[in-house]
Amino acid sequence: MPAGNAEHVVARVEAEPVNKAENRVLYQKRIKIFPKRAKGFFRRLKWLIMIATLAVYYVTPWLRWDRGPNAPDQAILIDIPARRFYFFFIEIWPQEVYYLTGLLILAAFALFVATALFGRVWCGYACPQTVWTDLFIAVERAVEGDRAARIRLDKAAWSVRKIARRTLKHAIWLVIAVLTGGAWVFYFADAPSLLGDLASLRAPAIAYIAIAVLAATTYVLGGLMREQVCTYMCPWPRIQAAMVDSDSMVVTYRDYRGEPRAPHRKRDSWDGRGDCVDCNACVVVCPMGIDIRDGQQLECINCALCIDACNDIMDRVGRPRGLIAYDTLANVERRAEGKSAKLRLLRARPLMYLGLMAVVVMLMAFGLTTRSNLDLNVLRDRNPLFVTLSDGSVRNGYTIKIINKEYAERSFTLNVEGLAGARIDVVGRDTQGVPMLAVKPDRLASFRVFISAPSSALKSRSTPIVFKLNDAAGDGEVSYDAVFLGPDR
Amino acid sequence: MGQAEIDDHSGTETTGHEWDGIKELNNPLPRWWLWTFYISIVWAIGYWIVMPAWPLISGYTTGVIGYSSRATVVERIEEARAAQSKFVQGIAAASLEEIRKDPELLDFALAGGRSAFSVNCSQCHGRGAAGSPGYANLNDDAWLWGGSLDAISRTIQYGIRSGHDETRFGDMPAFVTDETLTRAQAGDVTDYVLSLSGTAGDAGAVARGAEVFAENCVDCHQPGGTGNPELGAPNIADSIWLYGGERATVLESVAKGRAGNMPAWTGRLAPATIKQLAVYVHSLGGGQ
Repeated sequence: MPAGNAEHVVARVEAEPVNKAENRVLYQKRIKIFPKRAKGFFRRLKWLIMIATLAVYYVTPWLRWDRGPNAPDQAILIDIPARRFYFFFIEIWPQEVYYLTGLLILAAFALFVATALFGRVWCGYACPQTVWTDLFIAVERAVEGDRAARIRLDKAAWSVRKIARRTLKHAIWLVIAVLTGGAWVFYFADAPSLLGDLASLRAPAIAYIAIAVLAATTYVLGGLMREQVCTYMCPWPRIQAAMVDSDSMVVTYRDYRGEPRAPHRKRDSWDGRGDCVDCNACVVVCPMGIDIRDGQQLECINCALCIDACNDIMDRVGRPRGLIAYDTLANVERRAEGKSAKLRLLRARPLMYLGLMAVVVMLMAFGLTTRSNLDLNVLRDRNPLFVTLSDGSVRNGYTIKIINKEYAERSFTLNVEGLAGARIDVVGRDTQGVPMLAVKPDRLASFRVFISAPSSALKSRSTPIVFKLNDAAGDGEVSYDAVFLGPDR
Repeated sequence: MGQAEIDDHSGTETTGHEWDGIKELNNPLPRWWLWTFYISIVWAIGYWIVMPAWPLISGYTTGVIGYSSRATVVERIEEARAAQSKFVQGIAAASLEEIRKDPELLDFALAGGRSAFSVNCSQCHGRGAAGSPGYANLNDDAWLWGGSLDAISRTIQYGIRSGHDETRFGDMPAFVTDETLTRAQAGDVTDYVLSLSGTAGDAGAVARGAEVFAENCVDCHQPGGTGNPELGAPNIADSIWLYGGERATVLESVAKGRAGNMPAWTGRLAPATIKQLAVYVHSLGGGQ
């Protein structure tokens, strides 16, 4: 056999996985990572998810939702001055913030399910840190070139060309950062009018401050800190280990197939050696600066770019794809023993998470469907507890608060049950009979009310009474249990 | 100073400090921490120059921008006063009845009245204006000197037995102490008075008391004991007692007289404040 053709099909790249556990000491300056461009299924998937998530982020505040004449028409609006949160057909008052809690619990459990089934898919595809870092790296690559060019530029002495490239890169980053912060503030005010105010410098100072702060964090986290955020600042890499087990899909190196690794020349036999040609393609594409062949690591965000890189190499050396692949750790072991792989999605852990999600969804659905658009609160006067009047009758004072959650003015009649001969006086009204209380659209109104009762109606020191509030138009009623106090007897 | 000692186990320099065989390693401070520290120092020096900082023997360094939290408070108070002036002037110009009818002025008067009441009146009348024996409950519908807005306002302005020229003045004599009535007569009239509000006593005593009442009390307290606000003579036929409705307390009132005081507030409080107080007290539930 002629041994003349000794060239490697795939040349080894000298790349150091800078964040490899054994390379890293406790006190060390950050070593820059220059991720090479990857091509393949997962890279395309990541572009699509980036476009989708960015589109959701930028477009959402511009969605409109008609709520009638007395309410904002923005689909999602956090109106802090008016203390309202609008989410399509849902309007949340401050005292109903448990709906928001429910949403956050749902989001958390969705994250748990995804993690239990597919590992760190959140980190790898959807996390804002990943999306914006990916975007910033794409800009960097477009301006300064791919990995080799970037390393050369980084090492080069300062020159006009280097200054120009660097200035352009940071300028584009800053524009992206400002746009990121700029989109954020639209969630908190009517987007079209705020855009006009921002452009004509008439927007409130807090809007500019919020944009500046978010632009700064985007620029620093996405452009300068990158993988350090995931490794050192984010708690999730530490927490997620509690959701992942040996049946979760994770990005794995199939060491039973790859080892022993060695460079491979054309026409060399594949007998007695692994499929890994030790080309470091997986290392150079890694944005986290690790080597997936070292096994599961806290730094790995499961972005799957090493899968794309390795598949490309396997195609070129003519070996089957999937030396690095999404697989469960249990399956890697089974395959190593020559058994067939099994995918166990219906495990206790994800099912439990799904069950808890279902409970929260049902509770929220119940809460939303039975949510009243009318609310009554009654606060008893505590000083004085009661007042004896000159004819011997007893009077109690109350402050009643009526919440009208409809976008129309409503009138209510107020009655008291459980107290014989009770008389209702609304402070500031000279009306006789059943008082009529008007509440403006989408507002809370407060009334001072005196209830008096003849002494003979009181059997004990404390008498339970019920306030009944009825919509004058017959559209709903609400009651409130209170007490009426009198002298000891 | 010799060569720094190197720790065998970690290969790190030590500081040379040793306690019971434990040596302190000389690890560097985290860079971000160090820079934060340096920036804080620079910031502090700038702060000394710009803001009030160092105490001197008499006074302090005022800083180049001349900031003073006290001046800021004064400014804020002035701003608040200016914002209120529209309402204060409105209240000064309006009659009490006009204030009560105008929702804006009424809101301001009630809020201002509540705060003025807490500062000036609650010591005797209580936070909730429920009073205590000898100090009138302002929530109920019994008024010694009248419960109209004007009557309340006048009481607040000039007080009761306050020494002011315009003061309200009524005199409940000490019938037994002054020897106008005997102890037995005082007991009889007490039984009669209690019978007016439905407390049954010895029929003979009540009948004798009625005669005593007709001779001595009716001028002020009126036939039937309904009282006279012109003289501050309370209604003694209702369920409300300023000093308490037990027989011993009523007897004490007859025997020793009563003469509570309320200070005159005109001159101490601004006229607009007195108006706000009058509207507030009137709103507590018993206003006529």
